Formats: sequence, C-alpha cells, structure tokens
Amino acid sequence: MTRNTIDQPQDGVIFEKSHRGRSNSCQAPQLNASETTAPLSIPASLLRKSAPLLPEVSEMQAVRHFTRLSQKNFSIDTHFYPLGSCTMKYNPRACNTLAMLPGFLNFHPLAPVETGQGFMACLYELQEILKEVTGMKAVSLTPMAGAQGEFAGMAMIRAYHDARGDTARCEVICPDAAHGTNPATAVMCGYKVKEIPTRADGDIDIEALKEAVGPQTAGIMLTNPSTVGVFERRITEIAKIVHDAGGLLYYDGANLNAILGKVRPGDMGFDVIHMNLHKTFSTPHGGGGPGAGPVGVSERLTPFLPVPMVDYRGDQYRWLTRKDRPQSIGQLSAFAGNAGVLMRAYIYARLLGREGMPRIAEYSVLNANYMMVELQKRGFDLAFPSRRATHEFIVTLKRQAKRLDVTAMDFAKRLLDYGYHAPTTYFPLLVPECFLIEPTETEDKETLDGFIDAMAKIQHEAETQAEMVRAAPYTLPSRRLDDVRAARELDIVWSSKE
Amino acid sequence: MPFIPHTETDVQQMLASIGVSDIAALFDEIPAELRIGSLDKIPTGLNEMAMSRLMHERAVAPQPLCFIGAGAYEHHIPAAIWEIVTRGEFYSAYTPYQAEASQGTLQLIYEYQTMMAHLTGMEASNASLYDGASGLAEAVLMAVRANRKSKSKRILMPATVNPAYRRVVQTIVENQGITLEPVDYQPGSGAIDTASLPAEPGDVAALVIPQPNFFGVLEEVNGLTDWAHAHGMLVIAVVNPTSLALLTPPGEWGEQGADIVCGEGQPLGVPLAGGGPYFGFMCCNLKHVRQMPGRIVGRTVDADGKPGFALTLQAREQHIRRSKATSNICTNQGLVVAAATIYMTLLGAQGLHRVALKSHQSSQALCEELQMIDGVTSAFSSASFHEFVIQFDGVSADEVLDRLLAEGVLGGFNLSADYPALGEAILVCATETKTEADIRAYQSALSRVMEKLKGGAA
Repeated sequence: MTRNTIDQPQDGVIFEKSHRGRSNSCQAPQLNASETTAPLSIPASLLRKSAPLLPEVSEMQAVRHFTRLSQKNFSIDTHFYPLGSCTMKYNPRACNTLAMLPGFLNFHPLAPVETGQGFMACLYELQEILKEVTGMKAVSLTPMAGAQGEFAGMAMIRAYHDARGDTARCEVICPDAAHGTNPATAVMCGYKVKEIPTRADGDIDIEALKEAVGPQTAGIMLTNPSTVGVFERRITEIAKIVHDAGGLLYYDGANLNAILGKVRPGDMGFDVIHMNLHKTFSTPHGGGGPGAGPVGVSERLTPFLPVPMVDYRGDQYRWLTRKDRPQSIGQLSAFAGNAGVLMRAYIYARLLGREGMPRIAEYSVLNANYMMVELQKRGFDLAFPSRRATHEFIVTLKRQAKRLDVTAMDFAKRLLDYGYHAPTTYFPLLVPECFLIEPTETEDKETLDGFIDAMAKIQHEAETQAEMVRAAPYTLPSRRLDDVRAARELDIVWSSKE
Repeated sequence: MPFIPHTETDVQQMLASIGVSDIAALFDEIPAELRIGSLDKIPTGLNEMAMSRLMHERAVAPQPLCFIGAGAYEHHIPAAIWEIVTRGEFYSAYTPYQAEASQGTLQLIYEYQTMMAHLTGMEASNASLYDGASGLAEAVLMAVRANRKSKSKRILMPATVNPAYRRVVQTIVENQGITLEPVDYQPGSGAIDTASLPAEPGDVAALVIPQPNFFGVLEEVNGLTDWAHAHGMLVIAVVNPTSLALLTPPGEWGEQGADIVCGEGQPLGVPLAGGGPYFGFMCCNLKHVRQMPGRIVGRTVDADGKPGFALTLQAREQHIRRSKATSNICTNQGLVVAAATIYMTLLGAQGLHRVALKSHQSSQALCEELQMIDGVTSAFSSASFHEFVIQFDGVSADEVLDRLLAEGVLGGFNLSADYPALGEAILVCATETKTEADIRAYQSALSRVMEKLKGGAA
C-alpha cells in the first residue's frame, strides 16, 4: 500500500512546464498587421512595461495538466464524502447540462428583461418553491453563499429594529456550538456576540437563554437541527422567550436537508432564514464554491429583503430594485447573485417535486441513524447517545485518543487510505476528538457498510499498530502535509528562483 | 425515487438494525404540532426528459448583438475550459479541508494565486471572493483594518466607480460605521480631476481608484496613488483583469504601488449567465496578507519532504477566529476560479494581450463610427479601454435602446439614472468578439434609429 514515489513528468506546477514562445494562437483573436502596429490611444505612462508571468503552454499541455490535477481530488463523483454539515450529496448531471444551455449563458445581466424571460421564470419559480418549503412569507435569492445569506439576515434584523427606533439592541446570542460564520456575521453587522451553552443532551440550555435575553437582545442565531446533529426539541419555547424579549430569530439553514418537507422554519417561529442551496438543493460545491444562500423572511421583515428580486406582473418577469423596495437593506452583488447556481437548484427542485422533498429528509435521516447505530454496535462512542440522529451525528474518539494516542485526525487521514473522504473533524468545538458524519440520502447501504467496516478496521489498527495509523495517509498524492511550515515559510505565489 | 438508491429490502434491514418499525419513527423527537402535510404549492416532480424539454423551451431567447458591458463582458471562452471545469473531480469536490485528498484543487488555487499576483503586480492573492462588488466591500473593510497609521473609518469612493459596486459596498460596510465619501469626476474627461483633490483631506483610511473607471475611461492612477499615499491613505485599486495585459499593473502605480487590488474576474473565461456565478479577486503585498479575507493556499512539504499544498494562514478565518475573524466569508468561488486559471493558462500573456488590444481597438473603431451619426456625441475626450460613453442630442436614451433592440442590437447601458448630469447617455462596450461587420451593423442600426427619432421630433 504505497504510492508511486517516482516523480512523474506530469507533476509540477504549470509554470515549470512553460516554454517561452509557445502559444495557442487558436484561442486568441487574430490581429491584422495594421492593428499590431497602430499607435495606441493610451498614454505611455499608463501602459504596462513588461508582460505578466503567465504560463506559455500548448492547449494539450494545459488540458493534460488540469485533468491530472483533477485526478488528485476526492469528490462526490469519485468517493463517499460524509463531510458533516456540508451535505455532500450527488449533484445530478442534468442540473449542470440544462443550466448551461447557450440561451441562459449568453444572457447579459443588464440586458432588457424581455431577452431573458425564460431565465427569469426559473428564478421566480425558485423563489416560490423556497417560500413554500420553508414556510416563509418572501424570499430573495441574491446572497451568494451561506455566509452572505447570514449577513443579509442579520442586516435585516438590524434594519427592522432601527426602523422602529429600537436602537438599544446591540447583542446577538449564539449557541457555543454555532458555525463560526454566525459570530463572525453578527460582528460584521455591528453586534456584540453572547454565547450560551449547549446541554449534555445536545439541546440549548434554556435557563441560560432566559438569563441572556433582555432589552439589549437583537436576536438569536440558531441552526435546527443543530450543529451537534439533533433536533432542538424546545424550539417553540425558545422562539417565545426570544420574541417576548423583543428579539428576532435567525435560522441558519445549513441543516435544512434533515427536515425538508417535514417541518418548516417558518412554523417553528423563525423570522429570517438562509438556505445553502449547495447543500440541500444539490448544487455543486466546486472545490469551495460558488454557493448560493437565498434568504426567506416572515411578514415583518419582508420590506427589508435584499434586492434584486424577481417579480411577475402583467405577463412579464422583471427585477425589483431598491426603487421598488425602498426599505431594502440593499444590493449584495453587482448583479443578481450566483444566478447559474440558482438555475441548478431550480432544476433539482423540479426534478424532486413536492413528493421528492420529504423523501430527502426521510432517507438522509435513515442513513444517518443506521450509520450511528452500526458504529455504536462496533464499539464507537456517540457524543449524544440518548438522541436520534438527524441527517448527521457525532462520534467522539476521545477514548481512542487517550488510551491509544490515536486522534480523530489520525482516523481521518487513515480513512483516506481506505478510499473514503473523512467526516468533518474537530467541529463542533465543544465535543473533543469528534467526527461529524453526514452520509446524505444519495448513498446506498453498501457504501455505508463499507465505511463502517473501514472504521472498525482502523480501530483494530489503532490497537495493534498505532504508529502506522498516526502516519497515514500512504496512498494519496501527498503524505501528511506540514501546516506549520506552510504558515511560517509562506510560499503562496510561485517564483522561478528556486 | 429520484437520486435515492434504497431498495425496499435495504430499508427494512436498516430499520431493523436501528430498531424502529418505520422511517416516520426516526422523526419522533420533532414535536407533532410542527409537522406539515404536503407542499401543495410546489409542483409534482418531472422526469429528466420533461425537465429537459421545459428548459430548452425557456432557453430559447432572442440573441441580439450585445454591446453592453458595465461590469460583465462578453469574451471568447475557449472550449477546453468548461469541459475540464465540469469534470466531477472539480465540480463535486469541496473546500480542501483534507489537504491530502484535495491536492488538485489546492495546486490549482496556488497557480491561480501566482497568476493573479503577477497580473496585478502584487505579492499575494487570496483564493477569491464572491464577485467584484462584494470584493470591493471586503477591500474597504480590509483597508480600515490594515491602515494602522489612520484611525479613520472614512473611505474616498469616486463617482467613477461602478454605481452597483458603490451600492454593494454601502450595504456591506454601513453597519460598521464606515463612511464612503464621494469624489467627483471632471465633466470633460470623465476621470477624477487630480488638480481638484483637496490639499488637506484629513484622516482618511483609503482611496478607491478604478482602472478603467465605470465610463471605460483611464484614470491618472500614478498621480492619484501618490496623492493618497502622501496623505496617509491606502490605495484600493479596482481593475479589469483583461486590461492588465495592456495597462500598468496596480503594483506599479505611482511611487509605491497600490496597497489592495480587487476586481471582477468574470472576463477571464466566465460566461455572462445572467450575472453569475462570477468571482472577485483580491491581491495585496505580504505586509498586509494577514489582514486579507478569504482562503489562501500555501506550498509546503509532506512527511516525505515532497512538495504539496495546504490551506494556510487560517488563523484569519471564521472557523478558527469566530467573532474576531477578518470576514465571515467561508466558501469562495472555487469552480469559477478554476475556469479563470485555465483561461489564463490557455491564453498566456501574449494571448491575453491580444484580447485586450483587440477589445480596445474594436471599441475605438465603434466609438468613431457612432460619433459620425447626427445627434450622437462622445461624452469624454480621455483615453479609454474597451468602453465609452455616447450622448444623444434631443432624444431619450431609453427610446434609442428600445429601438436598437428591435433592430437586433443591445446598444449599451443607460447611464441616465446613475449619472443624470450626463443627460441622455449610454455606456457602450465592444470586445474582441465584435467583428467589423458587427460594428457596421450597430452603426447602421443606430443611424436608422436616430434618423427616425430626429425625423419624428422635427
């Protein structure tokens, strides 16, 4: 089980394959002689003196290089990828093919709406679908990722309080298990963050919440099912406590997959939510984006939604801008957000239909509970053993770390050797040595069984050859990487000097 | 069931293992009163064939000749780019948290960072932000953090910056007490008048300099940069990446160069697609790199001493620093960045230079043609890149654009709402995609339109 250690000709960065004078004239426009010699109307003081360092390679070299790079990735299309909180489910190919029809790709965002009616119809219908499935009064699609959706949500909460002259509310409550984006977002909106603890059973400490709320409370940011993989059972009571104190409830939609078509954030009492379409609506994660983070709101926050939105009136789809919605928090992107991602989500939603949506929740929850129970039967410790899993659950390897000195990170790296992407490690921060495991509904039972077997084998290896596990992985393009050196001897731009 | 592989036998075995009788039992922790029935307003599912038919019908749209730019530009996109980008290994991977299993994405970002740093003349680049507009907002926040000599939260934001960008920056920074103060442009040149800049601007964190500016006009970036630095400000450059094959990179502006460089990456191989996904790029020098938001990839070595790549400087980021992070940004625009990286690789410096030069020349040629039409004048005398402003005498820009559309031409972007002082004016763009015949087609369409409108008025 060792990888090829010989340097292959395909290795190396693209700049090392570059040869001066090699070019792809087919890809660039032809200039006739008069154009190359014609004096530019641009003053010399504004002209570039030397050409930028970009690769000079043939088309085939480029294609081979990037194809080879792609092969150094794990991906959903090649591997089981149970990354908790990220909902790495199959991205149907039809969504990509149909979103990339030339009629959609060539639509200029500032072109008159009559040239893009089909495109805008899709966005409008997506707004309507998302409203229904979340139980919110209105939806704006424009935020370009979950974190921007969070920003929009908190900015709306602030705009709401400000519009009422209720300006003393300076604090946002976050559970200690919250995604890092939550507190970071609250700060971007000018708020202070107050953390409240999670109880041993995974629910929020209601007593702590009661103590935390007051006239200074702008709102609370919650994920439900929570980041510890359980459904917050007393959500209605929490909503009442926060609302009674004059605060609003923000719903982080990261875990919407677990309840899609079963329970709606709007019915739980949330005032504003964001959805991660790259999770629940299966748009591609793309190696870290682009995502899409539409926001939905209750009645009272509707005037503040970010623009543009799509409206349908008089047989025509049109953009709503700040002119139509003067209380809007404003624009978040130059145009209409990650429109192409929204198109993929729309196609996915139509393929599922109303009957397909609750099935997402059912089978993702079935897969997670099955894995949780099976792993427990194989001797792994659950972080919240008294609870049902939602679409994800947490295993803690604290015992292994203490007894065998084999950490969650070591397990994660060894899983890669077995051909499985590791679950999310060390999040949430409050569970030591944890794996947050999210199988999603698109995985079959054989795959789940294979992963469970691999975990059991690694457990055995940890007991018999711990040293070996600690030095994993062995079969990937790289062995374990030196993160400390990466930060200390910063090399973030290639140079030819070495 | 769409995208769910379970057979009835699988389900029964799994339920038996869990120890429940049906799937519904797995939801027993959810209070009964919260559960919903059917989602009546959502249509029932379509199969792939029906969906394909629907989308093909909707994709049939008039495809007029497009001369609109204003922040999104039509360029030729080499065929290889999206073939590779949509390979499942790029398309369906995620943020490279497990570096050993993500070397492809990581190395690609490292190569992207290198290309962007060289293109902008800076020492560092991040892995991308959402788009050009939100990227500028992040640059403004970064400048306020990075300018340690200044205690100010004032930013000078010229009127020649894309109005949509200014609106986005306003939305994103206003809750942090940052104020954007306008700087006017000179009516004749369409550029910021360096002579009229205040001698005593007071304590200001940064000056934003667009190049080319929203009118397509080239700013006197050297003088502006030196003025800003002389007054203790940082310089934020907002640039078009294609233009940098031709124009002085921000790292060489004035005596010391710009401090933060950002812009819209869409021109680098990304389709117009109704406005996204695009990507924002951001570069800076090493002294400010710890204030930069977003992911950064570094080259390091593995346990065998072999080169490899990993996310680095993560102590800046929300998943570590939480409320003290440089930004709440988590994802970037990875897949679109892959497209841009392959675009720059295929074109190289020479190819990108040709794209820039040809675009410049197309727009110059078009501008000359259009000015000859009665009632059409060029608004500004300064040098431009690949966009220009024309004004109409006595006729409404809206009316002209409507009639041009009827002739199969998207004539440009109407400036009247954002810049009322320009009167009836539009911003027109021509890139390397426009042939001489396209230019003549626009010219003759506009001639006919103007003739009719003027004739009608007379």
